[in-house]
Amino acid sequence: MNPIITKILYALLTVFIIWNIGMVLNGFTRKVYARVNKRYGIRIYQPYIDLIKNYSLDTLVYHGVMYYLGPIFRLTSGVGMVLFIPLIYGSEIFSNFSFAGDAILILYFMFFGTLGMALGSNETGQPYSTIGVARGLAQVTAAEVPLVLAFLSVFIQNQSLSISEIVSVQQGGFMHWTMWTNPMATATAMLAYLGSMMRSPFDVVLAPQEIPIGPPTEYHGSFLAILSTNRPIFAVAKTILFVNMFFGGATNWGMFILKATTLYMWSVVTGTIYPRFRVDQSIRFFLKVPLIMGLLSILLLQFM
Amino acid sequence: MEKFKDFKKRTVIAPDGEKIEIDPMKDYYCDAIPTPRKDYDKIPGILENFKNWARSESLWILAYGSGCGAIEMRPLMTPKHDAYRYGIQWRPTPRQANLLMISGYLSVKTLRIVVRAYEQMPSPKYVMGLGSCTINGGMYWDSYNTINRLDHFMPVDTYVTGCMPRPEALIAGFDELKKIIRAGKGVGADKYAENFAWYKENQKKILGDVGLPEYSW
Repeated sequence: MNPIITKILYALLTVFIIWNIGMVLNGFTRKVYARVNKRYGIRIYQPYIDLIKNYSLDTLVYHGVMYYLGPIFRLTSGVGMVLFIPLIYGSEIFSNFSFAGDAILILYFMFFGTLGMALGSNETGQPYSTIGVARGLAQVTAAEVPLVLAFLSVFIQNQSLSISEIVSVQQGGFMHWTMWTNPMATATAMLAYLGSMMRSPFDVVLAPQEIPIGPPTEYHGSFLAILSTNRPIFAVAKTILFVNMFFGGATNWGMFILKATTLYMWSVVTGTIYPRFRVDQSIRFFLKVPLIMGLLSILLLQFM
Repeated sequence: MEKFKDFKKRTVIAPDGEKIEIDPMKDYYCDAIPTPRKDYDKIPGILENFKNWARSESLWILAYGSGCGAIEMRPLMTPKHDAYRYGIQWRPTPRQANLLMISGYLSVKTLRIVVRAYEQMPSPKYVMGLGSCTINGGMYWDSYNTINRLDHFMPVDTYVTGCMPRPEALIAGFDELKKIIRAGKGVGADKYAENFAWYKENQKKILGDVGLPEYSW
């Protein structure tokens, strides 16, 4: 078979695997939340049923072209991230389309979906969507600043913009991980990770109690289903990016799932035990502690 | 009417001097009436059966308490009864809900909001009435501001008896509703579309002319 076709087929397989990991983690997370609330919780496979149901509901409302494109942009950002991250280190087929300099593209993809979503839900004219978008963009932007600083620190440390190269430097043992060689950048990125996962204490954007769930208020049926198809893909892709940057990457699927799950649980556990920040509080938080830590991590590199 | 003067047509002049006519009722609401899905009463086939199974196992309720029975939905979410394990979840927006609970008495004031919420939900959508109030008005049967037959205003799939119904009764009601949906008989939205004129006539008889559109998507 033509090598490029093989590559595309494997890329589709990768997206499918990532989606399934995300769906199971999603169900598991809600089970954890339920157990902390002393409930039995949903069935682990409930997210799958919800997704099928949403795809089989009618869509009625036409709000304009951007309303249709919003979920598509969101899905593009999730799938795009998966396609350009080298998932398994040393594997030809599961490195997908990663190339030298892919880190910049991925940082762009992380923000791209949010922007598309914001344009789409603003077109609905629903005031709750607008409130959600305003809160979401403010908070994501604040979280992105320390995140990019932490990433820059790692780029400078490795003199490279290629994720594959950054992973290869970390091979050869536990103590080679960026976690040990650049602990300040890792700590910054871990705080920014909490901000971008939309979980408590940073989940006021979707605030299910105060405002009806923020940006996706008007999204229903297939639109909502596309958004919830993206949600697990995007979360796992982001987690994998952090594993690659700071925790040595993965050399096989077992290690991949183990590391991804462990890192994913970092946001779940934090979200379970901490109450919610207001947007102004979370922005102040991101622009104080993580920002200073991010700057320090770059400065420290000069003296190491 | 004075309070609807903002909804009247008006002409504004755009920055480039062009005159634009604005009809707020057209901007805010859609006035096309609903249409039933075709052949919903025919044999649905494997795919439709599978979809119906998914619809029955994932009931998203609009978290809007329309009457006193809504108080029974709180223990339903909390540890003792925990309806989430049956695939029943609460959503804060009508766009994402497919089950509307009319939890007890329905005042005229609330009816207007409930009708709008019902019309905004994506079909197939289901309605569950709680207590005698939704069947015959219950203790409010001759009240001046409470309706006494819910199914004159929107198609109801299941009634749950009791005043108020206990959470166990609600869970039994959900089970009944699931059976109805799985059998392909949860077609309330299509009945509403088919008998739209009759339902609207009943609604207008109670609500009067409140300046609402014929159908609000």
